[in-house]
Amino acid sequence: MKLPTLRRLFLIALGAASILAASAELCVAQAQQAASVTIKDFMFSPMSTTIKAGTTLTWKNLDDEPHTVVSDSGLFRSAALDQNDTFQYTFSKPGVYKVFCGIHPNMRETITVQ
Amino acid sequence: MAGGVLTPIDVAQAASNKDRAAAHGTPLFLQISDTHIGFNKEANPDVAATLSQTIDYVNAMPARPALTIHTGDITHLSKAQQFDDASQLLSRLRTTELHTVPGEHDVTDGTGTEYFNRFGQASGNKGYYSFDHNGVHFVALNNVMHFKPNGLGALGDDQLAWLKADLSGRSSSTPIVVFAHMPMWTIYQPWGWGTADADQAMSYLTRFGSVTVLNGHIHQIVSKVEGNITFHTARSTAYPQPTAGNGPGPVPLTVPSDQLPKMLGVTDVKIALSPAKATLTDSTLA
Repeated sequence: MKLPTLRRLFLIALGAASILAASAELCVAQAQQAASVTIKDFMFSPMSTTIKAGTTLTWKNLDDEPHTVVSDSGLFRSAALDQNDTFQYTFSKPGVYKVFCGIHPNMRETITVQ
Repeated sequence: MAGGVLTPIDVAQAASNKDRAAAHGTPLFLQISDTHIGFNKEANPDVAATLSQTIDYVNAMPARPALTIHTGDITHLSKAQQFDDASQLLSRLRTTELHTVPGEHDVTDGTGTEYFNRFGQASGNKGYYSFDHNGVHFVALNNVMHFKPNGLGALGDDQLAWLKADLSGRSSSTPIVVFAHMPMWTIYQPWGWGTADADQAMSYLTRFGSVTVLNGHIHQIVSKVEGNITFHTARSTAYPQPTAGNGPGPVPLTVPSDQLPKMLGVTDVKIALSPAKATLTDSTLA
């Protein structure tokens, strides 16, 4: 009797794990979908973004003039992004992050991490 | 220089017409700007070629200046390879000294590591310094590492204090040449075409009889004269930019390929000592 019980428990655990994995994938997919910023015509778009802690945000520059992605607090700073280059940063802590372009500092955006 | 009137001539013409070049005299120095080595987009797919063409014209001038000043944006993206390529191209210039200031494209890492590795010696890695040549006092300023939130460049308090001290002991009859990357007067604030604390710097310079203030950054010529101070921006050797406010921002401007050489070029400057007067000559590649 012992073995079938263990086997059943194992199968239940396996099932639960796969459900957890599926929901984790769903979360990641949702986060990735929401977590991108486009740089075009000397503007961050959108200019304000709200994401959950742990989300990786991707910036992509579409201008043929380079831009950088720099946090006011000095937390992160991208290299100069040429046209179609991307930069990623993972926000681990909740808070409000002000971001600007180091080459054109009048380009600004706000990232809110919940 | 005739009665304070600028006399533009063509570099190509100067190189081929010795009589005219001789009448024009030997320039004290040459200004080259915004070479943007590494840029390869539609506005100019080969910026190395247009810089090379500029250098060929200068080398062919019968009366070559001793100094070359590069007013920044040597590279497009501050990459080591781009600095190496630029240095190799500029080493072909047959002038004895090359003096530089950084543009914002040369210090995109925030600290200017690659720029200062190559050009930091003159300034102790600060980007601002001064030197004398033929009785003229040259002042190099760095206005691309203390940007204001509105996009204007700035010198910062340390540099302003240094400038005040650097000028304080000098006779007012000394001709002064100031060079920086961004304009030292506000040409167009929405695009950051200016230096927030330039007025403070200019207040130290008003007592001098002849002051020439040169910059690049806007890839086109804009000049103004204010008292004894002449302000002048240089063309790029890489690509033109739109006139102020024309479009979403100061993007590379794509023009028909036969028009491009007419929008690229260099500036040469003569300084007469007594009375002190500067003559600026802008030349295009075509």
